[in-house]
Amino acid sequence: MNQSSWAYLSNDLIYVALFTYAIAFFVYAFETAFSVRANSAESASRIDRTTTTRSNRLGTIFFLIATLAQAGGVIARGISAERIPLGNMYEFSITGSLTFALAYLVIGRRYDLRWLGLPISILILIILGTAVTLLYRPSAPLVPALQSTWLVVHVSAAIISGGIFLLSNTVASAYLWLDRMERKGERSAFAKRLPSLEILDQLSYRLVALVFPLWTFAIIAGAIWAEAAWGRYWGWDPKETWSFITWILYAAYLHARVTAGWKGRKAAWLSLIAGSSD
Amino acid sequence: MSAPELQGGLLLRYLWRQLTSMRTALILLLLLGIASIPGSLFPQRTASPLKVREYFESDPTTARWMDRFFLFDVYGSPWFSAIYVLLFISLIGCVVPRTYHYAREILKRPAPAPSSIRQFEEFQLVTGELEAASAWLEKNRFRITKGEGALAGEKGYLRETGNLFFHLALIVVLVGIGASSVFGMRGEAIVTMGERFINVPTSYDNFAPGRFFNLANLPPFSITAIDFDAEYDEVSKLPIEYRLTTQVTTNPNSTATGEIVRVNHPLTFGDTRVYLQANGFSPLVTVRDASGVIKFEGPVPFLPQDSNLSSIGAIKVPDMQPQIGFVASFFPTAARDEKIGGFSASPELLNPRLLMSIWEGDLKMDSGVPQSVYRIDTSEMKKLDLWSLGLSESYDFGVGSITFNGVVPWVNLQVVKDPGKTYALLGSIVAIMGLLASLFIRQRRIYVRQVGDQLEIAGLPLNRLPGLVDELANLRNAIEKGRI
Repeated sequence: MNQSSWAYLSNDLIYVALFTYAIAFFVYAFETAFSVRANSAESASRIDRTTTTRSNRLGTIFFLIATLAQAGGVIARGISAERIPLGNMYEFSITGSLTFALAYLVIGRRYDLRWLGLPISILILIILGTAVTLLYRPSAPLVPALQSTWLVVHVSAAIISGGIFLLSNTVASAYLWLDRMERKGERSAFAKRLPSLEILDQLSYRLVALVFPLWTFAIIAGAIWAEAAWGRYWGWDPKETWSFITWILYAAYLHARVTAGWKGRKAAWLSLIAGSSD
Repeated sequence: MSAPELQGGLLLRYLWRQLTSMRTALILLLLLGIASIPGSLFPQRTASPLKVREYFESDPTTARWMDRFFLFDVYGSPWFSAIYVLLFISLIGCVVPRTYHYAREILKRPAPAPSSIRQFEEFQLVTGELEAASAWLEKNRFRITKGEGALAGEKGYLRETGNLFFHLALIVVLVGIGASSVFGMRGEAIVTMGERFINVPTSYDNFAPGRFFNLANLPPFSITAIDFDAEYDEVSKLPIEYRLTTQVTTNPNSTATGEIVRVNHPLTFGDTRVYLQANGFSPLVTVRDASGVIKFEGPVPFLPQDSNLSSIGAIKVPDMQPQIGFVASFFPTAARDEKIGGFSASPELLNPRLLMSIWEGDLKMDSGVPQSVYRIDTSEMKKLDLWSLGLSESYDFGVGSITFNGVVPWVNLQVVKDPGKTYALLGSIVAIMGLLASLFIRQRRIYVRQVGDQLEIAGLPLNRLPGLVDELANLRNAIEKGRI
């Protein structure tokens, strides 16, 4: 196979992934809609859960297939361009959403995250859709300034931490939503399947604590690259500035949690604000 | 006691305590984040001076007001500096006194087990001997304080150490950044192929030393530009590689060695580095007067305007009477379009062409006002002619002639002396290690207390990492085995 056929294969696989994520999304939506029908504990106890469980499993299978296709697409893109596929915003988006999907699947094996399937498939559909329609660039070699090992290290670290920050934010949003529901009264039957507030709170914090050092490293690797390319390791360009702001906000979040003992609602809001700057 | 009641030294101490409190440090940290936002929204003079000029041209009043608040120089502005200087002081005030406190903490043994340990986590009863528990704690390298029929063990002191090192390292990073801007320098020079760049201030087109930079500290190197290669992608015409071949001497007495400079691969002379920043073309021209005497000869650097290296420039001939100037455009691959006229179709030298308007009059080179080498003020000059030349062509414009002999590439070299860089990098590495230690090392206490013939065991996690349950289960096993 030559380079352009790898490039075509990559595009096809990304389309397959997009399509399969869409199916996963509909199955998850069906599952959610189905379980929401029960709105009291009494009616919930009468509902047969088999359909919900089955449709969730089916949704996850489609999600997994989509992730595999996407992984294939990312690898094929790399082969066609003979480099790590992180050279432009299109490649950044497809690789970034892949790590997000993988983070969900991997972390979902340890914690029960099945209930996150719907919001996560929506997010990935949005990212991939934007990538395919607005950000697409034909596969091409990199301009000299971008040919740097440190850049690859920097972007990989940034993408992994970005994906996990996003997951942490999804969990924090779920926390806020459930918290509001609990303050108003009881959880709906659907929400009863979800983990307790305490677990969500802990999970959201642990994900941030997990990737904060990686994010710090990503910024430093970026600075090392900028030094080699332009002779300045920090130049306050918009990307540098925003990575710095994100770092500061998450640093404040960690301090707030560890030192000031913030928990729950306040912490979830702070992590969402930090995440939106990412 | 409220602040206004305090006098003199007391007030100072009050302010110092406020400034160095953790809360103030956090607020300053958040403020620094917020304060850096405008710099990403408005163009900054240091990064994009042209865009700043556009602001001033399109709406001068607003731009002037924005400028009063330093919105085009956010990161050098007094208010931004104020925040980070305060943060820096606050950080020092926060961390340095703690270093002593922590250092003592780190060396200490844990406080003895309290009289009741029921309130701690994973409280449970085991049948066994205190010695077995003590042996297990010792084997697992807990620091142990023995009490009357009780044990307290603590482990994971590296967490606090890491925390401390993280904050100390941040101070080192900030000091490094400060040192660079005060003791460092940066400068740029355009060097045409064949020319030699000698590292003295006058060689620079643009020279910006730090406040305490000593000119004697300029390393005495020289770089002769031999050859410049640019490789482009066939389809997209995007650059793939730039490569500058040079002969370098590190001091006036040393012999020259061949070096290649590429983007991302600067030349290094101690803490001074030389970067390949930009490139363009210098058309080689000869200008003669009407009698055929050469009045100007040589390469003239032109300024690229787009990615296909369409360039503009000025050829000034002050030796002619009256003076002659050429306002010129250069296209490496000249092409014509009905709508936009002449343009360059590729950055490679496939069809080089020089377009110019020829002007006669005062070039104002002696006026003392510094002028651009790429432009001519033609407001008081007379236009003689308009012409375009291909390679090796000549044109006679009446009072003289011009010949387009060839093209040589030039490169823009950026020279940067950054003495604080190493400290910033070392600080960053220590900061990450410290961060990892403070986030992932589990610090916990385990208490054991003899009650009758049974042991009470319980734990106190000092941070929220999981693992205490398993650890106590292991301890329990060891105690039970110890009995058998």
